[in-house]
Amino acid sequence: MSVFSLAASRTFRGVSVKIPRMLFSLLPNDGYSITILNSKRISWPQSHSANTTRLLSSEPLNQKIPKVATWEPVPEEQLPPPAHIPADLVDKLERLALVDFRTKQGLACLEKAIRFADQLHVVDTTGVEPMDSVLEDRVLYLREDAVMEGDCAEKLLQLSKTTVEEYFVAPPGNIPLPKGEERTAMLKNSEF
Amino acid sequence: SSTKLFSGAPVRFSAPPNSLVSFFDASLPGTLPVLNKRCVEAAVMTGLALNCAVNRKSLFDRKHYFYADLPAGYQITQQRLPIAVDGVLTYSLLGGKKRNQVMRQNVTIKQIQLEQDSGKSLHDDVRSQTLIDLNRAGVGLMELVMEPDMSCGEEAAAAVRELQLILQALGTCQGNMSEGQLRVDANVSVHRPGEPLGVRTEVKNINSIRYLARAIDYEIQRQIDVLQRGGTVQNETRAYDSKSGFMPEPNLPPLILYEDDASLPTGIDACQVVVVQKIKEGLPELPSVKRDRLVQTYGILPEHSFTLVNEDGLVDYFEAVLKATKKEPRKVIGWVTNELLGHLKQQDMSVCQSPISPSALAELLELQETGHISSSVAKQVFQEMWRSPGKTALQITQEQDLGLVSDTAQLHIICQKVVDSHPDEVRVHAIRSGNKKVLNKLMGLVQKETKGRADPVLVRAILQKKTS
Repeated sequence: MSVFSLAASRTFRGVSVKIPRMLFSLLPNDGYSITILNSKRISWPQSHSANTTRLLSSEPLNQKIPKVATWEPVPEEQLPPPAHIPADLVDKLERLALVDFRTKQGLACLEKAIRFADQLHVVDTTGVEPMDSVLEDRVLYLREDAVMEGDCAEKLLQLSKTTVEEYFVAPPGNIPLPKGEERTAMLKNSEF
Repeated sequence: SSTKLFSGAPVRFSAPPNSLVSFFDASLPGTLPVLNKRCVEAAVMTGLALNCAVNRKSLFDRKHYFYADLPAGYQITQQRLPIAVDGVLTYSLLGGKKRNQVMRQNVTIKQIQLEQDSGKSLHDDVRSQTLIDLNRAGVGLMELVMEPDMSCGEEAAAAVRELQLILQALGTCQGNMSEGQLRVDANVSVHRPGEPLGVRTEVKNINSIRYLARAIDYEIQRQIDVLQRGGTVQNETRAYDSKSGFMPEPNLPPLILYEDDASLPTGIDACQVVVVQKIKEGLPELPSVKRDRLVQTYGILPEHSFTLVNEDGLVDYFEAVLKATKKEPRKVIGWVTNELLGHLKQQDMSVCQSPISPSALAELLELQETGHISSSVAKQVFQEMWRSPGKTALQITQEQDLGLVSDTAQLHIICQKVVDSHPDEVRVHAIRSGNKKVLNKLMGLVQKETKGRADPVLVRAILQKKTS
């Protein structure tokens, strides 16, 4: 049984996607029977496998959901060599996406996340156009050029803690993140 | 357009802060972009007017960067597959020694893409904060990318002016640079002939065509100076460009345009489609076509036509004058492009501010045409009319007694006087009969006597007779 650990956030081409903390168990095919009792030491979310009693659910399981996990973990040999992330790339990522890979654990987490995504390389995509959106075969709706919205300055300004005379307030300018070493020095003294 | 590119909030130049902002523009969670049909049509019109290939299928992308006036953290643009590509902008320069030769030049348009504008930030350094107004956030923009085909500020200014005229004729953009309706970022680099293009720097925040030309020439000179001193040109914005993250916009399917009504799929709603053929047929008269038409219709020279179209309202003024006078267009054009325009430029005025109306000018020209005043007097009267806007040409002529002296008897007397007081010249003229220089001199003297009011034709004839 191999376990992958995903924590904090995974960045993909500049878009931050936060995945809540979870322990993901990859089970072998013979399934694993777990009965959830009133035990306080439950890891969340529960493993999706056969014979799990869903105590808190009111509807029966949809027929389309397989009763047993239908996928298998990809063997290590089929994956491309693990990507090593050079320090300056980490720095660049941090500045682009404003996330923090400060600790060794953070970096290890990033590498594991990339490893997990490497499974995609096993799929043969020759001749297949990349899909941007599941809407790709839908018609793009064109709106008439008539005023329908706006004039809600009060409502919008209420959402902000600080406003100055109907303007939103932001910190001054665009302060770029300082370089790597300066950053570690700065953060050492911070509370996080 | 009346509303923004992806939301139904209104587009206006000045309004109370954050009053033209929809929930989508403020990037509130749960909002989605809905494309404005008018913006698509405008982009297609502009693409067609600039001889572009309009892409039947174009895609939207997100360009990510962090800035306070971009609430979503990304801008929706069309980087991969824009709506129009590979066009040509033909512009004209007045060149040659007398700046009266119309030289046509081309700039290649790499692409036209639809994208969102960002909000406005006001920097308050005193209180160390930035004030954000999102009224402009989400307004539709057409970004035109041009190839480096131009080589000096004057060419760039002429190209942008032509673009302004085209956009104004199409009605897709009012092109007012000072109000930010037309924004130009100039990328300038220098290189020796035969060598590849040098490092480019970007000149931003240009708010007038005149400044554009000057800023570009200044930058060219600056780069040349740096290189001649052995230095290298630094590019600060380049680093920023390579960093920005692009990704496809997942909330918008591809934008499909249809060639003509025949290619429309069955059962499709007519207001949901943009048909390129229809837009092509509906294109208004473009400036270049207008110039040719003026040359054809009025028989004026191309450079005059160029000047007419280049100045807001001048064509209308010219045509109004023609309506009110029987004078030939070719004789009127000089008055409009030289006298009128000259005076306007001197005082930095626009045509609509002219103190002399088309009908007033027409009256003046009629006076000249019918022989009441000479051409030189006409110019004097023009000046006077400029200074005193209420007075008509006739009034001024009468007040200052500038009427043409056509009384032959009076002219005879004056001519005789001149001839008598210049016997030597007369002898020279008699010896080499028809010596024009002498005749002209005598004519000049007569005009001096009459304060320029003598009818030149009559005077010449009389002098000719008297000296032969």
